[in-house]
Amino acid sequence: MNTTLMDTVFERYGSDAEALVEILRDLNQAEGYLSQELMIAVADRLRLPRGHVFSVASFYSMMNVKPRGQHVVLMCQDAPCHIAGGREVWDALEETLGIAFGETSPDGKWTLEVASCLGLCAVGPVVQIDGEVYGNMTPDKVRALLVRFDGDAGGAA
Amino acid sequence: MVYRAHVLICGEPRCVEKGARDVEAALTQKIQELGLENEVQILEASALGHGDQGPELVIYPEGVHYVNVRPEDAARIAEEHLLKGRPIAELQYKEPPSEPLPAPSVKEIRVVLGKIGKIDPENIEDYIALDGYAALAKVLGGMSPDDVLAELKTSGLRGRGGAGFPTHLKWSFAKNAPGDVKYVICNADEGDPGAFMNRRVLEGDPHAVIEGMAIAAYVIGARQGYIYVRAEYPIAISTLRVALAQAREYGLLGENILGTDFSFDLEIRMGAGAFVCGEETALMQSIEGARGMPTTRPPFPATKGLWGKPSNINNVETYANVPQILLKGGAWFASMGTEKSKGTKTFAIAGKVERTGLVEVPLGMTIREIVYDVGGGVLDGKKFKAVQTGGPMGGCIPEKYLDLPVDYENLAAVGSMMGSGGFVVMDEETCMVDIARFFMEFTQDESCGKCVPCRIGTRRMLEILNDICAGKGKSGDIEMLEQLSRYINKGSLCGLGQGAPNPVLSTLEHFRDEYEAHIFEKRCPAKVCKALIEYKIEPDACIGCTRCARNCPVNAIAGSPKQVHVIDPETCIRCGICKQVCPVNAVYIE
Repeated sequence: MNTTLMDTVFERYGSDAEALVEILRDLNQAEGYLSQELMIAVADRLRLPRGHVFSVASFYSMMNVKPRGQHVVLMCQDAPCHIAGGREVWDALEETLGIAFGETSPDGKWTLEVASCLGLCAVGPVVQIDGEVYGNMTPDKVRALLVRFDGDAGGAA
Repeated sequence: MVYRAHVLICGEPRCVEKGARDVEAALTQKIQELGLENEVQILEASALGHGDQGPELVIYPEGVHYVNVRPEDAARIAEEHLLKGRPIAELQYKEPPSEPLPAPSVKEIRVVLGKIGKIDPENIEDYIALDGYAALAKVLGGMSPDDVLAELKTSGLRGRGGAGFPTHLKWSFAKNAPGDVKYVICNADEGDPGAFMNRRVLEGDPHAVIEGMAIAAYVIGARQGYIYVRAEYPIAISTLRVALAQAREYGLLGENILGTDFSFDLEIRMGAGAFVCGEETALMQSIEGARGMPTTRPPFPATKGLWGKPSNINNVETYANVPQILLKGGAWFASMGTEKSKGTKTFAIAGKVERTGLVEVPLGMTIREIVYDVGGGVLDGKKFKAVQTGGPMGGCIPEKYLDLPVDYENLAAVGSMMGSGGFVVMDEETCMVDIARFFMEFTQDESCGKCVPCRIGTRRMLEILNDICAGKGKSGDIEMLEQLSRYINKGSLCGLGQGAPNPVLSTLEHFRDEYEAHIFEKRCPAKVCKALIEYKIEPDACIGCTRCARNCPVNAIAGSPKQVHVIDPETCIRCGICKQVCPVNAVYIE
């Protein structure tokens, strides 16, 4: 476990129990997810019950308690994107990557996740891959996009 | 630095997709090569008006509008127009000759959105040049907190986050609460699907919010403020950071602001992906490092808020209106709007409409005007079916209310609400049961779990709705949905639970026939619910080109070249690809 990372984050916010949400979020961002080990270390340093730390981590959807794939694909599944043709893009994503939303592919390359509305409704349907946002998506465009990230995308389908 | 020319490049996602960043890079490079970087300023702006021909840019002071700009054009524009002063005619936007002059659209009145796209949000001097911080100066220069409250009362400003509570009243509660430590909080957790006005304001005019919060702090007696921004808005957060640093640098935040004994500073707090944290008590819990679960009110935040101290929480848009109200007067604001709903409101028009995006109109404009005049009408000339307002706790408003003036009271009266200003337009191809199910899926997912009626009730409602859309609806389902709605509404602590049944209730009221068709006829009138539709090929139209069969991802189509093709309904997954690729439109949905 990366103690330098822990030190950096704790220095940023202090060892203050009230900064728990921010500490966890920064650690999640850096490590990709919050492992049991990490959460226990945070609990110990903040002198909080481990159950409390886990309950906060599991509450917020942007904190992951499971490891994610190399490429993370987020898609908004809310009404405005849905109406603009989001359903077809959603299906295309699941079909091409061979996994359902919420899952990570067995080879560890892809994670498909549902995002909350990203606030880009004017250019829906919107897909976010590895933090980059892509608007006005169609099934064809999204298939082409996935291949840009990993040439084998679609091989699993 | 005084520039002799300004180039505004549209940085909206649509233009960026078509290469606006490459154009900007090419332009910047050429300008440097020509030694013009101290004379020409390049600014990233919002939509300039012809986004369908993007990338687009406008050069001031002439106001010349270039469209379909490619990186190589950028270099030419720099040389010919910026260096030699010769605008290039063939690259400019031209009014298409065959189209009739567009009808004048009902005027938007941009109060909160007014500066966006015209100023550089990362340059406080732009804001100051347009009377930024003049309101704060006026307030600190001789207005008492009661004077400010009086002006806000005249204006009639109501909370723009959704509840519409009179702002002057809310501030007065926190002002009158005893205590030395008080907080001003901005709710920037804009989580309503379809709402992105707060994002735009934070990204385009952050100082309006900062100034509004500073004025609030002066009125209630606070020295510290927090802006709680959802983590899904990274650009808003980084823009705010820059704005805060600059405000401090200029003495507009921090100790002894503008030389007075008023001190106030602001910090950003980020969310972590929980819609419920937009509820004010949950928001405060999140700042305090806990699960974002709402707490009982009373006590209200104004008396006992963050860390138990009196706190004033308002939405981004509410604060953003304050500086202009104080500069132009409450009467100016109250001259717009209806009797009980004064001023303007931003709306995020989305869905099946020609022009999606943010608009700001005076309250009282009708739904018809917003959809047709400002929004350009229903996409592809289809028939208007409903508009969903107020986000996931709002309702669907059908055609018969097209001439309803939009204000807080009217929307509530027809079973919806203002909410944050979401405005999702639906056409005849939208299934209203599917939409209700969709919103319920969202609220179910986001329920914090504290209250049993919300936690379990929404799940049961979702199960019933899923069954109905899957063709498994049965007699009694509608009554059960109505009963559950009552329990959930009455038994929930916060607005999420209280409002979660609204989409279902409003669609039941206005589109009950669609529910009945799903349940009793196993038919989806809008032809959306996959389990209730079949894709078929019209035998007379089919030319046997085999394109559908070749493209079908599950091999559900049988047929040989030049023979009529047939879709097997058992294997078909209703993806719609066959309909898309058929060259003669022989595929239809039943």
